[in-house]
Amino acid sequence: MPDASPVAAPFALPRAGILPFRRPADAVWGLGLAAVLGAVLLPIATVLAHLFVPTGDLWAHLASTVLPRYVANTLWLIAGVGALTLIGGVGTAWLVSLCRFPGRRFFSWALLLPFAMPAYVIAYTYTGLLDFAGPVQTGLRDLFGWTGADYPAPNIRSLPGAIAMLSLVLYPYVYLLSRSAFLEQSICSLEVSRTLGCTPAQAMWRVALPLARPSIVAGMALALLEALNEFGAMQHFGVDTFTTGIFRVWLADGSPAAAAKLASVFLIFVFAILVLERRSRGRAAFHNLSIRYRPLPGWRLTGWRAALAVAFCATPVIFGFAAPAAALAWWTWLSAAEVVDSDFVRLAFTSVGLAGSAALITVAAAVFLAYAARRSASRLFRGLTRLAALGYAVPGAVLAVGIVIPFAALDEWINSLGADVFGLSPGLIFSGTVFALLFAYAVRFLAISYGAIDSGLSRVTGHMDDAARTLGASATGVVRRIHAPMLRPSIAAAGLLIFVDVLKELPATLLLRPFGIDTLALRTYEFATDEQLVEAAPSALAIVLAGVLPVILLSRAMRRSSEPREAEKIAPIAARRS
Amino acid sequence: MRLVAGLEAIQHGRIAIGGRTVGAAPGPDLPPEQRNVGFLFQDYALFPHLSAADNIGFGLQHLGAAERRNRVGEVLERVGVSALADAYPHTLSGGQQQRIALARALAPSPGMLLLDEPLSGLDARLRHGLADTLLTVLRETGTTAVVVTHDPEEAMYVADRIGVMRDGRLMQFGPPGAVYGRPESPFVANFLSDTNRLSGTVGGAGAIDTGWGPVDAGDLPAGAAVQILVRYEGVGFAGDGAVRARVLRSRPIGGDALIALETTGRPGETLYARAPAARAPHEGDCVAVTLDPAHVFVFPSANAK
Repeated sequence: MPDASPVAAPFALPRAGILPFRRPADAVWGLGLAAVLGAVLLPIATVLAHLFVPTGDLWAHLASTVLPRYVANTLWLIAGVGALTLIGGVGTAWLVSLCRFPGRRFFSWALLLPFAMPAYVIAYTYTGLLDFAGPVQTGLRDLFGWTGADYPAPNIRSLPGAIAMLSLVLYPYVYLLSRSAFLEQSICSLEVSRTLGCTPAQAMWRVALPLARPSIVAGMALALLEALNEFGAMQHFGVDTFTTGIFRVWLADGSPAAAAKLASVFLIFVFAILVLERRSRGRAAFHNLSIRYRPLPGWRLTGWRAALAVAFCATPVIFGFAAPAAALAWWTWLSAAEVVDSDFVRLAFTSVGLAGSAALITVAAAVFLAYAARRSASRLFRGLTRLAALGYAVPGAVLAVGIVIPFAALDEWINSLGADVFGLSPGLIFSGTVFALLFAYAVRFLAISYGAIDSGLSRVTGHMDDAARTLGASATGVVRRIHAPMLRPSIAAAGLLIFVDVLKELPATLLLRPFGIDTLALRTYEFATDEQLVEAAPSALAIVLAGVLPVILLSRAMRRSSEPREAEKIAPIAARRS
Repeated sequence: MRLVAGLEAIQHGRIAIGGRTVGAAPGPDLPPEQRNVGFLFQDYALFPHLSAADNIGFGLQHLGAAERRNRVGEVLERVGVSALADAYPHTLSGGQQQRIALARALAPSPGMLLLDEPLSGLDARLRHGLADTLLTVLRETGTTAVVVTHDPEEAMYVADRIGVMRDGRLMQFGPPGAVYGRPESPFVANFLSDTNRLSGTVGGAGAIDTGWGPVDAGDLPAGAAVQILVRYEGVGFAGDGAVRARVLRSRPIGGDALIALETTGRPGETLYARAPAARAPHEGDCVAVTLDPAHVFVFPSANAK
């Protein structure tokens, strides 16, 4: 007979009132969770269902012509970005956390700066820098007296170029996660390896790296998901991937259904990455057994070793942030007078409004989910709340397809109903409105805010709730006097992260934008599509500057982190998957 | 303890504090904030966003600002950490956090104080100091306290009455001396001190031959299988004992020595003894062994586990 374990009932309430709700109110939590889960799963299910929906000749045509190219490019992208972010991310993380060399402290936060650079912005910038009339080639010609035919100019607008661009801005995922994994490793396990005869380098290969493997793989998975999601850079470089394919099939061929079918094949790649990440972790959920956090005694580098370390860390900072940011600043100086007008201010406000609303909605949903999970003793229930984070893995273009199809169907149904019953049609309510756009943002970024808020809430221990209750606070008093002040930093961090992510977001915004809505990201994209790279600079620079804010937040958290976990609180990612 | 505080919903029975029913099933189950109990958690559960003084003032919302400040100062002084009023919890050591948590629980003058393993997180040196602070404060304020602990010495040191629990059941309840001197079950005897466990059968004349000397079987019938628990300190080496044993090991641990013995009659069975190091026999000695009846307890075997 199975024993009556406390996790049997999904809504078992072990503690008397963390919140002012008792059992009857559990239905409310259940319904709320169902609504959030439904919102997340609706687009995914819609897209997956199209795997089996016949779309006739168009699909057959796609499958025989472009699909092989999409698959090949996607695989190359995964291999290239995977390898480069692995080398760059782990290498820099190892240097700044386990070695000592001049500039280490500076690099430990500066290495995060490329996070602020959206891939499409860096792609546009390097296109402008490296093309025939750009400063690099002009300078080389002037310097050596070459003419155009004298030297082979590598074409940045190619698959290798795309891989380089994406790696430059995505390696910080790997850097951040492997750095905190290195820092978290108990000093004991490293010291033990030294007493057992390892040199510092051997300790790295035999102890530090294997221990950090789960985090490294998690970081790479995030970088790869972002790479697959990328639209602007790919389109600009003319590299056909699933994301650009979805745009083409939808907008040029006018077939959302075929686009959804393409998206469903795409999702298989995405889920493969997720599954591989899980599998590679296996049972190796390494937990730190020691509670001793001392600054690790770094390996002191001198001479050519130190120079090499500085060069290795400086490369991604310069090419991933400093150089393109400087170029953007210069171009902004050139074009601001012409581009920054009242129209620019208006679209900046639109961007801020959209991003702010999305942040509010997403954080509210995340707070709800985090409390729903906290209240429940059921493992199933907690697992379901984690499922709500799945949206982050789904590329923006796929999400857009998955949202437009059901919303358009719903609008059609409402309008035909309205016409039949009342003789009027209310027009588009869900699709083609700001509602669809905000819905997409919320689904896509819920994981980020949930991770931040869940880890913030986990610092409020059950005993703190209990202590407050026995000290005379009512259940609402506990929320007001303990939870609210303790959660405030997490809520602010989550809100900021989402705000900036929405500001940068391109594919879903482009596909779901209601008529007449324009944002900074859209404006950048439009100028770049017209090859007006200098004119694109002001809006791009605004996005980059906004992107620096979370980097500052992150680096401050990292500096404070006597407990390295602190950094993860706002790392988009990690918290979600731990 | 969590039931007493109202943190867990009661399923059977009734809980009253000072004659006032605070929880019953079926019946009224007061929420924790209306029970006027203080709770000291094992992990202290200080609120990290509040200073020590604000932590202590948390339960004093009904007082005015000035009154609250006075009361906080008073309690801080009582637990001896007045200097820490403005410190934040993460800057405090374990012992300091403990004292702040105690002050916080005491501040609203609770009718009853619940302490969950109050001393377990601290090292041995701090423990005695805090135990004394705790006792003094409880006595001065006249507060009833319930202390949960796994440490028998701590229990005997602080308690007026001890209840020994096993798997959620109360095994024995009484003053420390009674529980220690007359354990009603092998579990209780073994819990309060280190014991040797022997087995035997009641012979004629109500005596048991243990191989280490006869033991009085009390009113157990002849032929009954029994287990005998002998405290380490109940094994003596006074002169004329009839049983002779060889000392396998004798190691000083602080003031006492822990001695392992083997008797010729029962090869392979080791008996441990504890004696002041100065009077302990040496390894390899052959000594006479006596069992002190005050430290020997006999239970029927059926009870064994």
